[in-house]
Parts: sequence; structure tokens; C-alpha cells
Amino acid sequence: MIIQGRTVDTAEFERRTGWAIKPEGACKGEICVPLPAGGGRSLDAAILAERLGMPLIHDEASGLSCLGPEAGGRALTSVEAPDLTLPDLDGTEFHLRSLRGQKVLLVAWASW
Amino acid sequence: MDLPGWQALRTELHPQGLEIVTVALDTGGAEVTRRWIEAASPEHPSLIDQAHLVDELFGITNVPSSVWIDEQGRIVRPPEPAFPTRPPYLKREVPPDASPRVAALIAAVNEIKIDPDTYVAALRDWVAHGAASRFALAPDDVLERSCPRPIEEATAAAHFELGQHLHRNGQTEAAVPHFRAAHRLQPDNWTYKRQAWTFADPSQGPTEVYEGNWLADVQKIGAANYYPPLKM
Repeated sequence: MIIQGRTVDTAEFERRTGWAIKPEGACKGEICVPLPAGGGRSLDAAILAERLGMPLIHDEASGLSCLGPEAGGRALTSVEAPDLTLPDLDGTEFHLRSLRGQKVLLVAWASW
Repeated sequence: MDLPGWQALRTELHPQGLEIVTVALDTGGAEVTRRWIEAASPEHPSLIDQAHLVDELFGITNVPSSVWIDEQGRIVRPPEPAFPTRPPYLKREVPPDASPRVAALIAAVNEIKIDPDTYVAALRDWVAHGAASRFALAPDDVLERSCPRPIEEATAAAHFELGQHLHRNGQTEAAVPHFRAAHRLQPDNWTYKRQAWTFADPSQGPTEVYEGNWLADVQKIGAANYYPPLKM
């Protein structure tokens, strides 16, 4: 996720990565990784990077940083489908979750 | 493009409980995808992923790739090459007046191996039998078959995201070093390469911006290995 400054928005971090920020730390499934107390609405990107094994890169000219996905395992860390929300051609947001109860074939394609 | 083929399968299988969701992995967004989507007139959700979120979340490294998700929202097959039918562009004669480059491109494309019949038969089996289908994988198999993510590939994802962000904000030159870093760190990610090459040359041919191009990189690995073999 793109970062301006040193911190990430907690809610955005949770949405994007599937980690839940709880009093005991960052939790996903049965795993909880301790974080410094008092994170609140924003979290220190460098600490997240170090504790969760996420790369943190910087772009000098723009002053932007980017926190990448956690390294060391596989792209899928759980079989629970990510809570994906994307727009259609008209900009109307669609929630993958709204298809619970049906089988879904998710097809990735591209114009290029 | 395979969108009409997916719509045809949707017409067949939706009454049996399958929904298809197509997602365009396209930094160019609606502007570059509209004509393909409108031509296919999809009745299913047809979404646009301008930030390539789906690539990162599911571990997709080339298109077309598909994922199966069951009624409870659990992934039962991770991304794998998926064609609804055999596209006509995979078997073309080389025109007599073709340039050497075009002839080499057609030859490479003709060598690409895909297996739509096996894939679609498995999909129909899953739709009919659900969890009892032998093609619906156990959770451990799903995770095991998903894309490995060592630190190089996680870092490539960060560079690709930052490159796209800069590109979408009009900083196309500043984006290039990040795209190049992504290509260097994860050379077998065709999505990173093809998306960025397209910005420098819509036909993904040689440019001064990137070391690789579609034909040279495909020839390097052998076009027959462009898509991993289906392991149904």
C-alpha cells in the first residue's frame, strides 16, 4: 500500500492485508504478532514491515513509500477469499462478498 | 480476448449456481477496457482493477488466470491458466508478406500450450458436484499450489504498486525504475512486464525503456512454457 509519511491508516491496512489490529497485536487466523501499544488510527509503517515481514520501499523524488505484501510464504495464506471490492465500467462498486451462496469463477484478464 | 467465451459459459452454468466475475487487470482502467467489455455484453459482474490488487491478493502472474471460490467464500482452486475456448489467435498462418519479426511472433504464439477442454470439463464437474468434485482442492492443496512469495517477489509487488501509482498520477518517467525493479525481482511475472511494456510500446516490442520485450522474453523460456501446464 502507498504511504505518505511514516504511518499507515489502520482501517486501510486491515482492509488491504487481511490483518486485524487488536489489543494483542496484528492478528490473522490463529496468529497474533505483537505490536507496540497505542497504535490507534495509524500504525508505524517501519514497525509493521519489520514485525510482519513486509518490504518497505521508498521513492526519493516523490517522497512516497510502499509497503508490500508479507514475504516468506505464499500468495495465499488462507483459503478465505479476500474481501474484494472493485468498480465496474460505470464506477459502481461491486463486493465479491455479495456472491456468498453461489459458486464463483473469478477470471483475471487484461486488454494488453 | 476471451470475454464472449466466458459469457457463453455463464449462460450455460448460471442456472446451476455458478456466477462468473471477470476482472480486468489494467492500469488504464475503463478507458482501455471498455470496448472489450461492451463487445462481450456480459450479464455477470465485469470489474476493473486499475491498481492490480487482484494480482497481489491472489498471486496472479499472467492472464488469463482464474480462481474457484465456493458458496462459503473459500478458495477451492488457486489461480491457474484458464481459457473458455481455444482462441483463434493461437493458430495462425504466417502471411507471405510478414516481416521477420511478425513471422517470429506468430511462430511463438502458435507454440503456446493451453488446454481449455480439460479446464472447462473440470469447471462443469465442480458446478455439478460441488465439494464432491475431485477438482475442488483441499485447503492445504490450495495454499500449496498458490504462488510462492519470497522477499524478492514481495518487494517486486511493492515496486510494481509504486510504479503504477506514479504512472496513474502522470509521473510516467518516475514510474519506470520501479517497473524495472519489479521485472528484475520477479522475472516470471508476465503481468508486471506486459503491463509496463504496453506503456512504452502498445505492441510490447523492443524499446529503449525496458531490457525485455514480449517476443525476446518468451523465446528465452520457450513459448511452450509460457503458461504452466494445467494440473487438474
